[in-house]
Amino acid sequence: MSSLPLAMRDSSTMLRRNLLHARRYPSLTLNLLLTPVMLLLLFVYVFGDTMSAGIGGGDRSAYLAYILPGILLMTIGSTVIGTAVSVSTDMNEGIIARFRTMAIHRGSILFGHVVGSVLQTVGSLVLVGAVGVAMGFRSSGAGVLEWLAAFGLLVLVTLAFTWIAVGMGLSSPNAEAASNNAMPLILLPLISSAFVPLDSMPGWFRPIAEYQPFTPAIETLRGLLLGTEIGNNGWITLAWCLALTVLGHRWSKARFDRDPE
Amino acid sequence: MTDPAIAAYGLRKSYGDRTVLDGIDLTVPEGTIFSLLGPNGAGKTTAVKILSTLVSPDPDSGPIRIGGHDLATHAQDARAAIGVTGQFSAVDGLITGEENMLLMADLHHLPRAEGQRVVAGLLERFDLTAAAGKPASTYSGGMKRRLDIAMTLVGGPRIIFLDEPTTGLDPRSRHTMWGIIRELVTDGATVFLTTQYLEEADELADRIAVLHDGRIAAEGTAGELKRLVPGGHVRLRFTDPAAYRSAAAVLDGAARDDEALALRLPSDGGQRDLRSVLDRLDAAGVEADELTVHTPDLDDVFFTLTGGVVPDRPKENVR
Repeated sequence: MSSLPLAMRDSSTMLRRNLLHARRYPSLTLNLLLTPVMLLLLFVYVFGDTMSAGIGGGDRSAYLAYILPGILLMTIGSTVIGTAVSVSTDMNEGIIARFRTMAIHRGSILFGHVVGSVLQTVGSLVLVGAVGVAMGFRSSGAGVLEWLAAFGLLVLVTLAFTWIAVGMGLSSPNAEAASNNAMPLILLPLISSAFVPLDSMPGWFRPIAEYQPFTPAIETLRGLLLGTEIGNNGWITLAWCLALTVLGHRWSKARFDRDPE
Repeated sequence: MTDPAIAAYGLRKSYGDRTVLDGIDLTVPEGTIFSLLGPNGAGKTTAVKILSTLVSPDPDSGPIRIGGHDLATHAQDARAAIGVTGQFSAVDGLITGEENMLLMADLHHLPRAEGQRVVAGLLERFDLTAAAGKPASTYSGGMKRRLDIAMTLVGGPRIIFLDEPTTGLDPRSRHTMWGIIRELVTDGATVFLTTQYLEEADELADRIAVLHDGRIAAEGTAGELKRLVPGGHVRLRFTDPAAYRSAAAVLDGAARDDEALALRLPSDGGQRDLRSVLDRLDAAGVEADELTVHTPDLDDVFFTLTGGVVPDRPKENVR
């Protein structure tokens, strides 16, 4: 068998293994889904009236529209914590040592984790998006093309952060450490333009919120779904995604190719 | 087929300044069981990890050939020839035993129908059919070990590495495992086995190498190794001082322990040897109250091979 079909076949076997894990033990993914959903409910129904005043008037439904893009990106940050944890747990299992001594395509093990995680995250995004729509979210002026672009953007961001999370999982000695190391991925969206506009933040803090990957991604998603100004944010987001994907991939591969302890 | 199944020369591995393997040579002919014997920390697991391509040896190591394939240049070909069951179970605990087996069949690229046939056969052979639908994490230690070996056999490996396959198993599971290992070689496979039990190496292996401090302290058949080791003896204990004295008079060459009323005779523990002792006692009309046979164990092997003295310990293997 030549090497490309071999790689594909092993990768799909590994993907099936990861999806089987996810199907048997969905509690981790569902737990991680709680955070963005709770925040969405809290900020819209409890803080909504006050918060909407901060974005220049409007009512709760205006604030729902404002925060949903950020909540979707937070869903990505939150779900990939599960990826870091499951990669770290998996690497400590004897089965990985067995895989390493088998004549299989080495990259397939990480591939299974990455693609499995991206599929799970997309599932989570659909669920959170559905909650948003059920709460009354409607896009303004977004056609099929904009929705597709929004979906593509979310997938690219998911891929980028999944690779970073896999690198974190591979670098962590155990599940607890992996969970701690991946924590910034859910904290970063909190200090972005997800909940309040950048220009409402104190001046010294603004650069922190501005020059991180979540803010341009949120602004791009808002632009696509709500028709606000996108500006350079689309390109900046693509650059972030590309850079994080390459970095995460290199990091993960270097970690994985090391001799195990 | 002139290539041995396993051939390694000057195998070295150190972690930092701790040398684990200090230049060992290993040659295992096809179709035989080879046992690497040593205590915890001797470097057995490291040797298996290197030979099974899991970790790389130090750069100043000599060449390693597995199934005729050079590990440095053709690791993937070597991997296709081997099967490994490590010391810690290499099963996926989150999925069922059968799913574990089918995963192996897929990774060996068996066609679906053949994969299912092979899996069903192995589950049956290892007495796992009833538990096949349960998650592997719920299996007992012995079942996990059997599943582990069954998974190793899915691809029909010619060379099988077993790292301490019976450590932590109860006596019954251990004997089951010994039966399984013997079957493997009758099917033509080569087995590389590590163990800390001399008895196990003795039971199974065609050749044994004793690993001590990262070096091979001795290599040979079980019989050859045992001949190197003094310390086998028969101990006779009496309650009646008169019987003790007359026994001591008949059995010349026995070491006396007057306080315990015990005699100690060098012996290989064989039937003939024991019979001659008993015959002499019978002829003198003396009856011992207790007879124990002490066979050399791993400790004796080590004390002998590493230049120490066999200590006179109260530990006895009662048979």
